[in-house]
Amino acid sequence: MSIPKNYRWRKFVDQVMRGSTVVATGCAVIPLIAIIGYVLTLGASALSTQFFTDVYQPPNMAQAAADGSTPAFDPNDPFAGIGAPTDGTAPVDGAAAPEADVYAGGPVGGVLHGIIGTLIITGMGLLFALPIGIFAGIYLSEYRNERYATIVRFCCDVLSGSPSIVAGVVIYILVVIRSQQFSAIAGSLALMILMIPIVTRTTEEMLKLVPESMREAARGLGAPTWYSTFTVIIPAALPGIVTGVMLAFARGAGETAPLILTVLGSNMISTDLFAPMASLPLLAYRYTESPYPGENTLAWGAAFVLMMLVLVMNILVRVATRRRAGASR
Amino acid sequence: MSSMTISQLAPFYGARQAVKAVDMQIATQEITAIIGPSGCGKSTVLRCLNRMHETILGASAKGTVLLNDEDIYGVNVDATLIRRRVGMVFQQPVAFRTRNIYENVAAGLRLQGMSHKSELDQAVEEALQSAVLWDEVKDVLSKPGTALSGGQQQRLAIARALAIKPDVLLLDEPCSALDPIATANIEELLVQLKTTLTIVIVTHSMQQAARISDQTAVFMVDTTSGNPIGELVEKSSTSSVFTNPSDPRTESYISGRVG
Amino acid sequence: MAKQQHAESWSNGKSVFRHGDVPFRIGTVVLASCVVALVFAMGAIMFLSSSEARTAFGWDVLFGQVWNPVATELAEPEFGAWPAVRGTLLSSLVAIVIAAPLALGIGIFLAELCPPKLSTPLSFLVELLAAIPSVIYGVWGVFVFVPFFNQVFSTPVSETLGTYIPWLAGPVATGRGVMVTGIIMAIMILPTIASLTRDVLRLVPNTQREAMLSIGATRWETIWLAVVPYSRAGIIGAVMLGLGRALGETMAATLLIGNSQRISESLFAPATTAASLVANELTNSVSSLHESALITVAFALFGITLILNLGARLMIWYVDRGMAGGRS
Repeated sequence: MSIPKNYRWRKFVDQVMRGSTVVATGCAVIPLIAIIGYVLTLGASALSTQFFTDVYQPPNMAQAAADGSTPAFDPNDPFAGIGAPTDGTAPVDGAAAPEADVYAGGPVGGVLHGIIGTLIITGMGLLFALPIGIFAGIYLSEYRNERYATIVRFCCDVLSGSPSIVAGVVIYILVVIRSQQFSAIAGSLALMILMIPIVTRTTEEMLKLVPESMREAARGLGAPTWYSTFTVIIPAALPGIVTGVMLAFARGAGETAPLILTVLGSNMISTDLFAPMASLPLLAYRYTESPYPGENTLAWGAAFVLMMLVLVMNILVRVATRRRAGASR
Repeated sequence: MSSMTISQLAPFYGARQAVKAVDMQIATQEITAIIGPSGCGKSTVLRCLNRMHETILGASAKGTVLLNDEDIYGVNVDATLIRRRVGMVFQQPVAFRTRNIYENVAAGLRLQGMSHKSELDQAVEEALQSAVLWDEVKDVLSKPGTALSGGQQQRLAIARALAIKPDVLLLDEPCSALDPIATANIEELLVQLKTTLTIVIVTHSMQQAARISDQTAVFMVDTTSGNPIGELVEKSSTSSVFTNPSDPRTESYISGRVG
Repeated sequence: MAKQQHAESWSNGKSVFRHGDVPFRIGTVVLASCVVALVFAMGAIMFLSSSEARTAFGWDVLFGQVWNPVATELAEPEFGAWPAVRGTLLSSLVAIVIAAPLALGIGIFLAELCPPKLSTPLSFLVELLAAIPSVIYGVWGVFVFVPFFNQVFSTPVSETLGTYIPWLAGPVATGRGVMVTGIIMAIMILPTIASLTRDVLRLVPNTQREAMLSIGATRWETIWLAVVPYSRAGIIGAVMLGLGRALGETMAATLLIGNSQRISESLFAPATTAASLVANELTNSVSSLHESALITVAFALFGITLILNLGARLMIWYVDRGMAGGRS
């Protein structure tokens, strides 16, 4: 049979381009593995009991930890041992002999204040976001063909597409300036803005999945809409809605920019909602900018905890979704 | 123009055999119709003739199909090249939505590297003439392909298939989505085309088969052994199938007692 | 938006009122309206709080070249955020140029070419990239990627090609700059564009593929000449959403771009972005004018992403309408 002249070229293009899509997918998977891998290994090296139970410790304490031969920290002479003479002259009066380097210290302190802070701020943000998100989701699913629903949906997309720092700016203006105070609750309000669209969209999608026959059956029995929604539709969609809540929590826990503008951060454990509070992503950010390698390691540790939270949430959501999809067959 | 010889063709969906082994001859300059009740595998068999069947995930086919003297299921045969020589028109009229009428017809030609405007113009006009669509669209060639009516889009699909000058044209229930007038147009067109092409048409309408085909193959569903499986029951000239069928199953189908 | 007619559904989406329905409807509408109100409130608040800077400088807040919050003997405070705006645009451009083709390839692979068993796990992995908090991208970028990229690419290239191509010129110094920020942002926006592309490609009716295959097209030709053009509006929408994400990215940019107000031609040079400008300076603003200028920048970011969102929505609406109403 006659092969058209350009066929060899076309076949070549076909194979090269199909291969290039595989390469492209690799370009997504490889960074993913690299990032997760580095965070898990370098972060794990920061983990210790102290990491999970302690709060901020200043880095020059590390002299005693890293270099065993240096004397313990003396509050009356904190700079002992730094810059010891190297020209061979003997140290004076029993001052420490080897030079200690504040930059050589290992990680000290921990992130307990960040863990508690993240849980409080994100949890509160979720608390604020849930009522609005769930009811907006109910509205979008039960009245989905109304024109207003299109507007609500678009606004939801605007919220989810806008930069997270904008949420921080708005709450900074509304709350922080007014109250002349950085506070955890301001941070929660900023996170609420970011979490509402996630909860709304997931709720809407999950409610839409509930078969129409259930609604018809409830209406056929004479149940008003609100009754059937709360007693029949929502329980049926509940597992899905819970996954949306989990995803919103994971997203909120990882956000840094809005918190920079609203919560400020702290070095101590605090449960005062109207005062600054620590938070894991803030700690990761500050410790990354820090010149002390010990604190940089702590940054990896904080990243590790955040990463575990996000990974676990996402995997749970995936497993739950697949099981439900399989069970509903 | 090519004849096709089908021997022991057995299409599979995964591990399930869809149709019992088929042996059939398809002659040139004739219209061969394939009829039968739904589920008997007529579309499946048709799609094996240009190796479209295997584009479905998990589907495969065993057996031999000779196009003139070459087995299209041979070891090193490239399916893409086969589809150049055995064209197909589908049940739903399909136009490429992002192309205008001209480009719809020229699509296959451009793939083969034809690019000179005069060459393309001529080939497109020829194809549209053969599809009896030229007079209706010659002034609106730059309109989108989807601007045509259903019947016109189906003739556009035929023109697109004809443009690359295939040896065989397969049609899978081409008129089932069309109104009677459009159907009549297509039938007339097919009768005209058979002088230059080998045509195989699957149809659920016995009347259509009786009207236009020279040979008819009848398929039935065999449910006796658990899984339903299609089966070629009878094939001969259209007149003898409809007036004097040799297989009793054909007779029950034709007379409407079955299917 | 095409009205979906569910034949089985007895309700057309507008409810018939029964006892207790009215409070329910009011309740859901009110809370749903909070979402709408929030969007308008955000815009209004930022618009109002930025009035001081806007009346003082007008468009120069965004396009003026000097950003100097502190009054000196020589100069009054001046707020021109062009260095930041330029940094945002450049880094996002780098990100999109890298991410768009890659994401298109990933979307095509996941929708058309991937063996079905691999499709779900791979989609999950790609979406996992989107779940990683941006600060972690920053941490990884600073300690892992920047040194590596510096050594392997930036330094050698700036010392060779950079001597006669100005936008690749050195000195590279810490390695933080527009290019590394763009690359890390590309990784961050890949999943957004790729999963939307995959979804849009999956919606293409199979008849289009079959029609292309039956005239003797190769697999790739079918994808590139029939499937992708069919859904090009949706793909453009996906890229717009990815661009929006890149423009607003704060944490990775703050950590990787070097935070320098100097405008340099080179992509290897440090710069600053609008989002990181706001993040760094808003809580330490030295005057109400300074604060107002920063809020103007934030408002501009909000506005741009809103327009991109609107554009992407319209694209996707156009695709929906074409698929539901068109004759194909």
